[in-house]
Amino acid sequence: MATTTQREPGSDGAAPAGAAIALHGVSKTFRSGQGEVAAVRGIDLEIQRGEFFALLGPSGCGKTTTMRMIAGFEEPTSGVVRLAGDDVTGVPPNRRDVTMVFQSYALFPHMTVFDNVAFGLRRRRVPAAEVAERVGAALDLVELADRAGYRPARLSGGQQQRVALARAVVNRPAALLLDEPLGALDLKLRQAMQIELKRIQREVGITFVYVTHDQGEALTMADRIAVLNNGVVEQLGTPAEVYERPATRFVAGFIGTSNLITGTVARRDGEHADVEVGAGGHVRVRTATAQGERVDLTVRPEKVRLGTAEPGPELCRLRGTVEEVVYLGSATHYTVATRAGAAIVVFQQNAHDAQNLAERGSDVWLSWQPRHTYALPG
Amino acid sequence: MTAARAAGSVGSAGSAGSAETAGAAGGGARAPRRRPDLGKWFTWAALAWLFAPIAGMVVFSFNDIQGRQNVTWQGFTLKWYGQAFAYADLNQALLNTLALGVLTMLIAGTIGSLLGLALGRHRFRGRGTTNLVMFAAIAAPEVVLGAALLSLFLTVNVTTGFTTTLIAHVMFTLSFVAITVRARVLTLDPALEEAARDLGAGPWETFRLVTFPLLLPAIMAGGLLALALSVDDFIITTFVSGDTTTFPLWIWGATRVGIPPQVNVMGALIFGLGVLLAACNVLLARRRR
Repeated sequence: MATTTQREPGSDGAAPAGAAIALHGVSKTFRSGQGEVAAVRGIDLEIQRGEFFALLGPSGCGKTTTMRMIAGFEEPTSGVVRLAGDDVTGVPPNRRDVTMVFQSYALFPHMTVFDNVAFGLRRRRVPAAEVAERVGAALDLVELADRAGYRPARLSGGQQQRVALARAVVNRPAALLLDEPLGALDLKLRQAMQIELKRIQREVGITFVYVTHDQGEALTMADRIAVLNNGVVEQLGTPAEVYERPATRFVAGFIGTSNLITGTVARRDGEHADVEVGAGGHVRVRTATAQGERVDLTVRPEKVRLGTAEPGPELCRLRGTVEEVVYLGSATHYTVATRAGAAIVVFQQNAHDAQNLAERGSDVWLSWQPRHTYALPG
Repeated sequence: MTAARAAGSVGSAGSAGSAETAGAAGGGARAPRRRPDLGKWFTWAALAWLFAPIAGMVVFSFNDIQGRQNVTWQGFTLKWYGQAFAYADLNQALLNTLALGVLTMLIAGTIGSLLGLALGRHRFRGRGTTNLVMFAAIAAPEVVLGAALLSLFLTVNVTTGFTTTLIAHVMFTLSFVAITVRARVLTLDPALEEAARDLGAGPWETFRLVTFPLLLPAIMAGGLLALALSVDDFIITTFVSGDTTTFPLWIWGATRVGIPPQVNVMGALIFGLGVLLAACNVLLARRRR
């Protein structure tokens, strides 16, 4: 798993611009015994060449169906899937230049590791010498060259995972579709494989479409994330955008920990509004909500400062009582019951002093920069 | 007790030899009483019960008898193996049985495998009915099947004989093959076939390179099952065989006048062949893993 392999010069993000995969108004409805179930409801996506793109969402959000429509195992009920600009409606999976890595790995148990990896090349009548060379290179890439003669059953889960990856990469497809590829591995191996996958993607420069329900995995690896829920894209953006500026209530709740605060707009001032939150609470936020209306706000726990002194007037602030203090070594998590009603979670790095900033039961001020607060629609 | 513990700790620290001695000395005082292993004896008893008749048959194929009664041991000889094919009509019966068995294996093996694949993989109209009919074919008493087939052949005015027997054998072994193959299909990860398609294999290539090799153990097991069922079938065959005599039918006919030792010889050979086939299947399955 060492990352010492030489990187090929020029393969690092040098791919030309242009959408490798594009979905336009794609929907998929399954007919079941009870009636129709809409798995995907109108998705528009453009995935760029060489990008590490994550489809993130809870189970049943339509992410796997979306991937299977790209691979060709499902046909959209409506809408168009384009690969490198070409409409691929009706094109079977074996004629699409994308390769899937299955959650169960789907290695052929009756073939050796070498034959598994060579499968795709042989189907395309690649000469034997070139097959041997490319399979060797692919197994080198995943550091399994010494296991070429083994049957998959003799390999560990992590090794099988890497064989599955080599079997896909060796064909140099336009895009690799990975369906929760790390789901069956234990935590430690999963973290090692995350770094490994990222390295392999950099080295081969292939577009990766990564389906996962694990927000940590998506944030760690992806260049861009599409957060899916109930068959629609809730938000599309870089990990930082999706984390820092959740567009919807669902995204705010699904990715990381979010504090939800409800207040009433007291004054409007251009694009911004001053929101009253309980007694003494005051938040300034960009919102279109009219004066006197209720508005939902969100702020990440690590953005909130906790103190006994009254914060400056330019800061957003709430007053509350510490309910719970959890010391975690590198950080301390506080749960603060605010006068507004909602409990606010605060993460404080233990960067300076080893002592806690507040005791359980003590009254504190919570404050943060206005740019860290977002109003949630609806 | 204390001494033993001390010796043990010394042993674990360095010398394995002293630990062994200490362990043996300490354990010797409270050695658990050895209980008779009932499970083992029961297993052997069950195996003896199953194999005693077969062993008897094989032993009496070496019996040096005079006359036609092969019931008391009269001495060892190999002459019956030399004269194994002395009865022309017994040879014909054996040949009929082998031909029926192999043809049944091939026909029921092919159709049954395809049926099992369809039942395991696809949802289609009539799937439930097919399952029910298959179960009925297995569950129905052979007398009923035999009588029903005979009346069918009489109704459509088909002369009973080798062909009707073959049809009957294929009919009642088909379900066994289909069920064996279906069980294997159901445990097969559908992602394997999808992976093959995804890597550029067409539908036929996917079947040839992935589906078929993975189903082969089940197909072989089903085929051997069909062969075995066909070779030893008596009841259904009695109804539909007409003038054709099979090995079991010939033995049944011979019981009235005394069974010649050639029957024992052929029985021993068929049994040996069956064991050989089963062993081959096991070995192949082990190598494939």
